Amino acid sequence: MTAVERTDHRSAEEIGRTERGPRPVPPLGEQRAAADLSHVDTKLANGLRVLAVRKDTVPLVELRLSIPFAGTDPLHPATAEVLAETIITGTARRDRVAIDTELALIGGELSTVVDPERLAVSASALASGLPTLLDVLADLLTEASYADAEVARESARLIERLAIARTQPRTIAREALQRRRYGNHPATFEVPQAEDVAKVDPAGVRQLHADSVLPKNSTMVIVGDIDPEQVVADLERALSGWASDKAATVLPDLPELTGGDVLLVPRPGAVQSQLRLSAQALRRTDPRYAHLQLANLAYGGYFSSRLVENIREDKGYTYSAHSGFEFTGNSATLLVDADTATDVTAAALLETRYELARLGLVPPTADEVESVRQYAIGSLGISTSSQTGLAGQLSALAQAGLGFEWLAGHPERLAAVTAEEVAEAALDFFAPNRFTGVVVGDAETIGRRLQSLGGVTIGEV
Amino acid sequence: MAVPELHRFKLDNGLRVVLAPDPTAPVVGVSVHYDVGFRSEPEGRTGFAHLFEHLMFQGSESLEKLAHFRHVQSSGGTFNGSTHPDYTDYYEVLPAAALERALFLEADRMRAPKLTQENLANQIDVVKEEIRLNVLNRPYGGFPWILLPPVLYSTFANAHNGYGDFVDLEQATLDDCAAFFDTFYAPANAVLTVAGDFEVDRARELVERHFGDVPFRPAPPRRSFAEPRPTEELRGHHTDPHAPLPALAVGYRMPDPVGELDAYLANLVLAGILTDGDGSRLQQRLVHRDAIVTDIGAGAGLFGPFEARDPDTFSITAIHAPDVTGDRVLKAIDEEIDLLAATPPDARELARVTSRWVAGMHSEHDRMVSRTLALGAFELLYGDASLVHGLADRFAAVTADDVAAAAKALRPDSRAVLVVQPEQGGSK
Repeated sequence: MTAVERTDHRSAEEIGRTERGPRPVPPLGEQRAAADLSHVDTKLANGLRVLAVRKDTVPLVELRLSIPFAGTDPLHPATAEVLAETIITGTARRDRVAIDTELALIGGELSTVVDPERLAVSASALASGLPTLLDVLADLLTEASYADAEVARESARLIERLAIARTQPRTIAREALQRRRYGNHPATFEVPQAEDVAKVDPAGVRQLHADSVLPKNSTMVIVGDIDPEQVVADLERALSGWASDKAATVLPDLPELTGGDVLLVPRPGAVQSQLRLSAQALRRTDPRYAHLQLANLAYGGYFSSRLVENIREDKGYTYSAHSGFEFTGNSATLLVDADTATDVTAAALLETRYELARLGLVPPTADEVESVRQYAIGSLGISTSSQTGLAGQLSALAQAGLGFEWLAGHPERLAAVTAEEVAEAALDFFAPNRFTGVVVGDAETIGRRLQSLGGVTIGEV
Repeated sequence: MAVPELHRFKLDNGLRVVLAPDPTAPVVGVSVHYDVGFRSEPEGRTGFAHLFEHLMFQGSESLEKLAHFRHVQSSGGTFNGSTHPDYTDYYEVLPAAALERALFLEADRMRAPKLTQENLANQIDVVKEEIRLNVLNRPYGGFPWILLPPVLYSTFANAHNGYGDFVDLEQATLDDCAAFFDTFYAPANAVLTVAGDFEVDRARELVERHFGDVPFRPAPPRRSFAEPRPTEELRGHHTDPHAPLPALAVGYRMPDPVGELDAYLANLVLAGILTDGDGSRLQQRLVHRDAIVTDIGAGAGLFGPFEARDPDTFSITAIHAPDVTGDRVLKAIDEEIDLLAATPPDARELARVTSRWVAGMHSEHDRMVSRTLALGAFELLYGDASLVHGLADRFAAVTADDVAAAAKALRPDSRAVLVVQPEQGGSK
């Protein structure tokens, strides 16, 4: 120990007690409701649904545009990824440096990301810069030029990034899970193949933009220090040139998930394993959604859940364990994930399945239900108390055809759920045989023990 | 915008308190910053400050193991803690109705945490999994924050791995924990911050009620971590078993973040001019024109600015193609830095960086958790939480000549260069 540390310190036991002894935890005070925010939910002439909300906590504006972007062409994932990387690299009026400079001068950021379901544009700026932001956005949507040199350079960078992504354990596990769950459904191809990216040409990207970057079926959320009515009028004007008779392409429905063996995917020499289990769940519009939401929180949806308390806080098998919902098109699934040390992987899977079964057979107690209820209501209020959080929540809801009213009404729905309803949802949706999944890890070390559990297959997906 | 209201005071036991009321949403943030980070760790106990952070969640006199998590979450709140070079923070964000409960929870573990052998063993396992997840099992794990300091610095305090070596972690004893707590976790060595929806008088009374009888212990004398700057270019190599592409990190010493704040801010502007956005100098040159790197970034502090006292690190990192040598990347970086040192940026180039930074600060402080933590960190490191609100103006006052001077100080003969090579045979 260095000289600075106290040599006359108390023992651990002395530190842990005082003369007065343990004290009671104070009760909660009275909770004030969140302010009602003025908003407009409408459709522009071009078919784009716009949800604009005034929230003036800081002089910023947050924008989220979501364009359904599915495709069945084998080159679609690669072309879509190149499009997302190059859409901000130039238009007829602006080159890439001009775009970045105009955005920078209004404190703006603009980024794009694509997945098998959607092309998403996220942007923010000082509220005073909104006219510039909308002008740049409209320019990109209608006049993106995809210059040959930019497409070639961004494709090359993308190939390098893909090489990095494919060495990330979480990416490897995600690809394996998607194939395990959905086979060759387009939803499976979240990360394109490098050899496909090499085949993408500028003409193909321009064609994809013309065919697919479309306002009908798309949604835009704007949250910030704005006047919602005025913003809608500004958008109508700024985006008048973005129009088409066709509608953006929606991902085909996912097949219903059924239970099945966990597949062990070998990753020789790995010091950690990725556990990923999944089962069919309910959409937000289902009357039982709030019941299942609370059941999920009790299982593994927050830190005080049964899964985390078991495999992290009791047994130390993992740093992170979690379960949550995934919403894709008309489908909703539950996803359980944990990364565990190699030598305790089988034991962690055993405990994970044990907790799945126990949730139905020994359902959450009244205390557990109250705890998850307060957490669900409180964390929703916290996450929507910032502009970025509110914009993100509303964007997800808008994509599901819901809006501000759903968000405002959700605390009440959560408040009304009974312990019996949570127990029913737990029994119906968390039965271990409803789940399928993968374990990625060092098969040589973990294979024998995993197989001894049953319900485990070894091999490539 | 009006400057937000701040109230600062000190309890008799030495605890510094910052109250930052804001009624715009019925939410509160509570944080405690202790003036101890991984630079304070004893030799042979790498990773100890972070391990100790885990232990502080494992129960106290009034709260069984797991009760802390349950009380925060069943009140509708979220929580976490994090360990930095020069401080460790603990925080919760909750519905406003839970303010007193949050103060109680923080006070109880400041007064009497329950440190047990069983919890220590369990959290050593959890921390080892955290390290496997974030360092050992992933490409570029620990790059550059664990790998660069041992090249740039020579003292144990500045150079060692803040996540810790498994051997050191496994040897940590309960008595180490007790000594660490009694030394560093005194109220006089901490800052309590409360932000959000509350009445100031009521909050002051609650703070007194819950923290007032935590006994005084003297704060430890603050150690200096100063060491001489390098007098030559220092080189280090690391072989990464997972990385598919080579990478490069360049580390420079910076002006004292506290004593020379304006010069430090000039380095932040410099980082923006070098790598923030497609129009920045190094992005234009290395990513788009020469096309020799996949990505490049520059910044002050290895986790971000304003989280360390002197000495602090300015770093530039790049991932590049295997057929490009690290020295070629380095040469291009040096040329651009020389150019900037010789010809200061114009007003528009400065405005690009300033506007983005101002917007970024607004956005950060719109999130209750970030605002609470920023106020606490500034009170602890700078002795003045209100600096947070003046930062944007001081940032905007940085001149082109200041930036050129900052660029000039990034000297090749006084820096560290870390080269990361993929393991022979490529990634696995």
